[in-house]
Amino acid sequence: MKQIKTLNHANLKESCAKGGCGECQASCQSACKVSCTVANQKCENRDR
Amino acid sequence: MIHKYTLNGFRIVLDTHSGAVHLFDEAPYDLLDYLTDCVPAQMPEAAREALTPKYGTQKLEEAYAELLELQEAGQLFSADDYQQFADMMQDAPIKSMCLNIAHDCNLRCAYCFAAQGDFGKGRMLMPFSVAKAAIDFLIRESGTRHNLEVDFFGGEPLMNFDVVKQTVLYARSIEKQHNKNFRFTITTNGLLLDDDKIQFINQEMSNCVLSLDGRKEVNDRLRVCADGKTGSYDLIVPKYQKLVRERSKDKDYYVRGTFTKYNLDFVKDVLHMDALGFDQISIEPVVSDPQLSYSIQEEDLPAVFAEYEHLAQEIITRTKAGKCFNFFHFMIDLNQGPCAIKRLRGCSCGNEYVAVTPEGEIYPCHQFVGDDQWIMGNVLDGTYDRAMKNRFAHANIYAKETCQNCWAKFYCSGGCNANNQHYEGDILKPHKIACDLEKKRLECAIMIQAALSE
Repeated sequence: MKQIKTLNHANLKESCAKGGCGECQASCQSACKVSCTVANQKCENRDR
Repeated sequence: MIHKYTLNGFRIVLDTHSGAVHLFDEAPYDLLDYLTDCVPAQMPEAAREALTPKYGTQKLEEAYAELLELQEAGQLFSADDYQQFADMMQDAPIKSMCLNIAHDCNLRCAYCFAAQGDFGKGRMLMPFSVAKAAIDFLIRESGTRHNLEVDFFGGEPLMNFDVVKQTVLYARSIEKQHNKNFRFTITTNGLLLDDDKIQFINQEMSNCVLSLDGRKEVNDRLRVCADGKTGSYDLIVPKYQKLVRERSKDKDYYVRGTFTKYNLDFVKDVLHMDALGFDQISIEPVVSDPQLSYSIQEEDLPAVFAEYEHLAQEIITRTKAGKCFNFFHFMIDLNQGPCAIKRLRGCSCGNEYVAVTPEGEIYPCHQFVGDDQWIMGNVLDGTYDRAMKNRFAHANIYAKETCQNCWAKFYCSGGCNANNQHYEGDILKPHKIACDLEKKRLECAIMIQAALSE
């Protein structure tokens, strides 16, 4: 494409297939304690 | 659903349901103004008429063909087919616990949500018997989850550090037999840090959160000692520096601050933390009653937004120069972030995450502590309100009307349920100012990725 550049692999739908293992950190535990940002958490699922 | 915005010279287009992030040239970006929820096979006549004079037929047709290609690839106007997963976490095990090891504090921070440490319930330290029962409860309720997180919180947890140590040693002594891996974290104001505590924290805690608001005058205005006037900055900064200096690089830490209406120029505080030698930084807006003098209000948002943009620019410049700190709220992994199922449910407080008080009471999270209507049970007598757990299990983005049609829903996941309750009166109604701030941080975080991709 000449006029559009895509920055990522857009895999959010694929992530459902092996998602929901629940091993990742509760987002609020990391550094905030007063808000909720989930997109900055690490995925712990090595099979994904 | 898409979200388009321009920032720092980038035309950014997010496709909410696929997670795709695109950088657009001007012609396809303008074409989006003529599309609502799909790219029709033929370009709308209104778009052709309006935009041909500006871009010419060939360029415009080429842009439209690229939009069609993106749609075909499932990266533009992709369908929302996540609702089927919305209630998947019903009956999820508990895996995270905030252990309020001390309902007491040696600081009197003006903005404290814990009523200066005692949560309005009287000053109290958690006895080891309660901490032990809490660990047993967590193991019992964690099912097949392997990684269990326990955050030592307060109040000020260093005021009860012997129990912190005993609790860690107890959990470590039984984790293998239960096939668990405890990850401990601690959130401290630093006042009581000494060499022994630093050594123990650096050995046992996978993350530690060190509270500091930034510049001395900013920190000392609100983070004062129990005498109500002595600032804490000079007492804590050297201790934090020692802790971080001695900390292994494979363990996390954050120097974490709060900004208020008094320091809307908070980038200076972030850069000050960097100058002190801290490279893992989190600073976030105070959450407080809007009537209070230091609260961030709607009228402050333009200034805060400008400051986030300023911070984003600093991060881009410093990263390109090869030396930059990490800012927690701009961290984003566009490829390998959390799965969509995690993103549906956010922090999962009250469901996968609970807080326990010195008396053993279980609350959905630390921010509900002190309000009796939210008590879920007690680790000492084994009571546990599964109906309330279930209520929180359903608090996903599809249960929150405002979130359903929000482009940011898979990044913030419905916001903080406690803030929703405290400021909007309902865990399912997102706190408006928090939403506005979150969306701005996300726009900046994604723009940083765009700038660094060049």
